[in-house]
Amino acid sequence: MPILEAKDLTYTYSIGSPFEKTAIDHINLQIEEGEFVGVIGHTGSGKSTLMQMMNGLIEPTSGQILLDGADIWDKKTDRRKVRFQVGLVFQYPEYQLFEETVYQDIAFGPKNMKLSEAEIDRRVRETAEAVGLTEEHLKKAPYALSGGQKRRAAIAGVMAMEPKVLILDEPTAGLDPKGRTKILTQLQAYHKRTGCTILLVSHSMEDVARYASKLLVLSQAKVVCYDTPSGVFAQSQSLEGMGLALPQITRIFNGLAEKGIRFDDEVYTVKYGAELLKARLEGRNPEC
Amino acid sequence: MLNDITLGQYFPMKSVVHRMDARFKIVITLLYLVMLFWGQHIWSLVAGLLFTIVATLCSKIPPKMILKSIKPIVPILIFTGLLNLLMLDGGEVYWHWHFLKITEEGVQTSVFMIVRICLLIAGTSLLTYTTSPIVLTDAIESLLSPLKKLKMPVHELAMMMTIALRFIPTLIEETSKIMAAQKARGADLESGSLVQRAQALVPILIPLFVSAFRRAEELALAMECRCYHGGEGRTRLRKLQSGLRDYVALALMLLLFAAVIVLNTMTK
Amino acid sequence: MESLISIQDVRFSYASEDETEQPTEVLKGISLEIGKGELVAVLGHNGSGKSTLAKLLNAILLPTSGKVLVDGIDTADEEKLLDVRQRVGMVFQNPDNQIVATIVEEDVAFALENMGVDPVEMRERVDEALKAVKMYDFREHAPHQLSGGQKQRVAIAGIIAMRPDCIVLDEPTAMLDPQGRKEVMKTIKRLNRDYGITVILITHEMDEAAQCQRIVVIDHGTVRMDDVPKKVFARVDEMKEIGLDVPQATELVHLLRESGCDLDPEIITEEACVDALAKLFSQKR
Repeated sequence: MPILEAKDLTYTYSIGSPFEKTAIDHINLQIEEGEFVGVIGHTGSGKSTLMQMMNGLIEPTSGQILLDGADIWDKKTDRRKVRFQVGLVFQYPEYQLFEETVYQDIAFGPKNMKLSEAEIDRRVRETAEAVGLTEEHLKKAPYALSGGQKRRAAIAGVMAMEPKVLILDEPTAGLDPKGRTKILTQLQAYHKRTGCTILLVSHSMEDVARYASKLLVLSQAKVVCYDTPSGVFAQSQSLEGMGLALPQITRIFNGLAEKGIRFDDEVYTVKYGAELLKARLEGRNPEC
Repeated sequence: MLNDITLGQYFPMKSVVHRMDARFKIVITLLYLVMLFWGQHIWSLVAGLLFTIVATLCSKIPPKMILKSIKPIVPILIFTGLLNLLMLDGGEVYWHWHFLKITEEGVQTSVFMIVRICLLIAGTSLLTYTTSPIVLTDAIESLLSPLKKLKMPVHELAMMMTIALRFIPTLIEETSKIMAAQKARGADLESGSLVQRAQALVPILIPLFVSAFRRAEELALAMECRCYHGGEGRTRLRKLQSGLRDYVALALMLLLFAAVIVLNTMTK
Repeated sequence: MESLISIQDVRFSYASEDETEQPTEVLKGISLEIGKGELVAVLGHNGSGKSTLAKLLNAILLPTSGKVLVDGIDTADEEKLLDVRQRVGMVFQNPDNQIVATIVEEDVAFALENMGVDPVEMRERVDEALKAVKMYDFREHAPHQLSGGQKQRVAIAGIIAMRPDCIVLDEPTAMLDPQGRKEVMKTIKRLNRDYGITVILITHEMDEAAQCQRIVVIDHGTVRMDDVPKKVFARVDEMKEIGLDVPQATELVHLLRESGCDLDPEIITEEACVDALAKLFSQKR
């Protein structure tokens, strides 16, 4: 059974007004437990709306969202409990920090779950470590941290609820390359350690290509494809047609293919690309 | 709910009313408001109504928008209407139960009040619908400029108003974002006692204030970079200019105003 | 090339809140010459001092020691403050926090109003600026109805209406989506090419820096590199050590060179990379 499932999901906002718009248009989707899903699509493709529907912040106009097989909008379901199981980190989450110390802020979610003091303490310390914050940082006021640290503290605040599914809406927006890599590698480690399902919304094809096990491509309120990265990048022309920029490395290999230098596999990371080229140059990987 | 508020919204269109000098529009609106509350006679209300209809038609603003502006105050209308209807005593008694009674005067006054309030909202909405907020603040600044001699910070006040108007949509959007983000962390905003609900606002208000201060700081910096140095020696893109139509409109308004005074004295 | 901005051994320290502590020195002796009409990228990670450097260029901050000259005017000269600000315009990261007015064209006019420009001339300059960033059709819109990229172009129009010699953009695309980034980069490059405006683009996006004529890399408050993009990016290991990226094409070439392939290290575009690799394969055959 998939952990998250969308069944004929539709969301239309401002119904009946001149601004009426369908943000999610009859989407069907199954996400298996333990996947690391990269979510890509234009601004306005519906990806942010879909993410907020996944944890019950937006009610579907029609259709269903199933978490572990149960409709989250069922009368008997407590939506707050759904939100504890499907953690959502918004864009620029550092702007939601409000407590006096970083420790208290990370503890806000677990406290709302009415956990014991000891359990809250364990979770705060564990997640702080997962995002590279020290004991010293925990005692500080949120505003005393650097931009990247604030961002990671805010992500820890959601991780501390230990959700089964962790959704992050552009967690690296506005950071420098070092800060971006830090967050992404920490997420990768967290994913490996906890085995939770991660949905990562990103504008950077390079990033999702490097970390995700599956890619979800949205365009004009619909799912275009949901497949492994090589499956998605194999359709590079239709991606470019949607105005989504391919990683430069993929474009280089597409360029080589046009010149008759072809490889069986899709290339979307530099490391893999270099390996393939080296092997070919050394004659180990004969032309196909 | 936040989307229902139409006050302060501007509908850019090309009409006589849009082109009028904002200073005149403000003065006319003020006269109109005084007239509505001064007028005791039924004809003064009819005059107000006619004036509103003519002004709306001239402005090309869809009448639906005017009605929409009245929507948020419907509860207030019902409340004042009922209060006047049931509490006032005088004239013929139509119905009565214990201390409540409906009398001729009660009916008259409550209808009067409702029409008055509707016209009041319709008139002021028409002003903001047809005048861009910046022009409006310019006009206020210009009307209040004599106060500069009394060392009143008129320009600074107008600038503050402009910036406030500019940031209302931004902060509304930001509020709903922060609310969603805290809800995602399990914040309970919908249930509990009054005290609990007030406490639940802390995680929303603090980030909102922090963000407003940060925005203010960045905006101040951006303004400095664009050579802002107070009101001294400033020119304006749109100069407020009065023309014949403004004087005609003002004259009409004064005429109506005089008529209302005459009606008032006649009925006494 | 004629120099427009001259930064002479500039140091800058922020006074610390706690008086007993030493003030933190953010810039540690920077000297740079920016020529008229140049398109320069300033690269550096967060906290490298690049934003502080930007604020020194139009007298928002004054150097603790050293001098900044704009067209020969010392930025520390208080009487010439508005002249400096008019010559060097600045665009910031968050487009929402730099738009003052509720209507696009009135915002573009803001600087001109402050400068006391005559309304008739102002109208012309506002229209011209809006056309230059291709936002003329949106002149009567409210800012909150625009996309991020459009807002940023309005902010740029508000600066070029001042007819500055130079625009400094402090991470103008950091908060935008790919579409918005493209729009803004196109606008910046067009202003530089067609209007001859000197552009200083502060960024940590290497693909944006690659589109400039010159890259200055700031690290720990000093100038670490100052060269044409391909020479800067060819120093792959050094760039990564600073915490910056290089184009994937450069990285690929770097990895292949490490294992003995004969490739030009100064490849930064995908076209050049494809050609070089194709050549390598044909030689092999």
